[in-house]
Amino acid sequence: MNQTQARAVVVEALADVAPEIDVEEFDPDTSLRDGADLDSMDFLAYIAAVSEAIEADIPEDDYARLDTLNLAVAYVTEKGSAAGS
Amino acid sequence: MGLFKMPSLGADMDEGTLLEWLVKPGDAVHKGDVVAVIDTAKSAIDVEVFEDGFVGELLIEPGTLVPVGTPLARIDGDATAAEPQEPPLPPEPEPEPSPPPQSAPRLTPPVRHLMHQFGLDTGDVVGTGPQGSITRKDVLAAAGESSAGGPPVAVEPPASPAPSRARVTPRARRLAAKRGVDLGTLTGAQVVTGQDVESATPQPKVDRTAAMRAATAALMSRAAREIPHYYVVSTYDITETLEWLRDFNAGRKPRERVLPAALFLRAAVIAAVEVPALNGHWEQEFVAAEGVDLGVAVATRAGGLVTPRVVGAQALDLAGLMTHLTDLVKRAKAGRLKASELLPGSITVSSLADGGPDVLYGVIYPPQVALVGVGAVAPRPWVVDGEVVVRSTVTVTLAADHRATDGRTGARFLTAFGHALTHPEEL
Repeated sequence: MNQTQARAVVVEALADVAPEIDVEEFDPDTSLRDGADLDSMDFLAYIAAVSEAIEADIPEDDYARLDTLNLAVAYVTEKGSAAGS
Repeated sequence: MGLFKMPSLGADMDEGTLLEWLVKPGDAVHKGDVVAVIDTAKSAIDVEVFEDGFVGELLIEPGTLVPVGTPLARIDGDATAAEPQEPPLPPEPEPEPSPPPQSAPRLTPPVRHLMHQFGLDTGDVVGTGPQGSITRKDVLAAAGESSAGGPPVAVEPPASPAPSRARVTPRARRLAAKRGVDLGTLTGAQVVTGQDVESATPQPKVDRTAAMRAATAALMSRAAREIPHYYVVSTYDITETLEWLRDFNAGRKPRERVLPAALFLRAAVIAAVEVPALNGHWEQEFVAAEGVDLGVAVATRAGGLVTPRVVGAQALDLAGLMTHLTDLVKRAKAGRLKASELLPGSITVSSLADGGPDVLYGVIYPPQVALVGVGAVAPRPWVVDGEVVVRSTVTVTLAADHRATDGRTGARFLTAFGHALTHPEEL
């Protein structure tokens, strides 16, 4: 999965969970849990949406690797390729 | 025969606006069916009927604000009785109105809501669920046919000017779909943003944030005026419980995982069952509830507070409670609750977000007599075998009504709560 696709996956998952976030104007290095105010339930829903989109499990130990937009895009790029082909 | 009346959805509601009828005269309804959407200060609520029958006359037009108790519709007869009992006659279709089969395909409130968001009608969507019911997937498929598939901008540019299409941000597109705005009519400088869409759509007439504030203000003032609160507080070491939860979740898909929040709710339910004197309502005197209708404080996206309840929470195990909670919180945040969920619970749990304050001293929701406040879970110094070590701890506060119970009862509740929380395998 390339970066553009990965970004689309992350943006879509976030849009579902936190429609009030304007991804275009959102600092991609802000912590989603602290900065964007996702509570634990929102964050879990976001993880679930990403996991389902890339058809790969995301263990709890990996949660921190999806805590900012940039981190998540990198994670999904890596994981998505592994799972995809 | 009966009357379907404007329900009271909480101690703080005296009137409501009928937003929409979801049934028409002649429709058969069963207890628990959602028949109307009502706008209260707090949220748009799906309201259920409490009897079986047929919808008679609709007495109130959508858009009308009426006091609690006002008859909204007549419910005639008994649908179960009207259905062929022991087929003495060839099964006859329902009385006269409503041509039978294509009358309103079955769909759940969330699905209906989704259809509204896409501006779709039941006629636009082909149901593929059981008995032709419309599922979320069906709605998305129908929406996809009509909007996506084409160029990224899902609207035609305005006929005359603007030869080049404006770029539209994803958020703007979502908002536009939600609010039924034609993006082609918007002129963002170069890019149409969410703000452009927002300024093009007047907000709904009620200032929901202000109304919600007022409702909370009224209820909390009553609590402070009438309820002599007392507080008892305990801190628990939940390090092992969290390890247990990690193992519990390890083999599960994200959507099936359980969050610590559910542990606290489950512990509160167990404690409420063990100490029934704190589970019920104060009405001149204490009246114990039959089950545990667990109120859950939820902050809405608009910035208000609602406390919908999980009815019959004592029957749910940990995973069941988590599933229920996920759905409830999602709808509460979006302002989409059912009437039965907005009636007062028998006890309420409030916990602020992770990383929040250490301790929460709550105010009880009348007519309840107790509220459990859960502080933030964090690594803290803790004494084990005479040594100070770092453990994950949480501080739990019980606010209770001193008219109904004394501190001793509150202490028993916290003991039961702590036992449940530190023995997760029993949850």
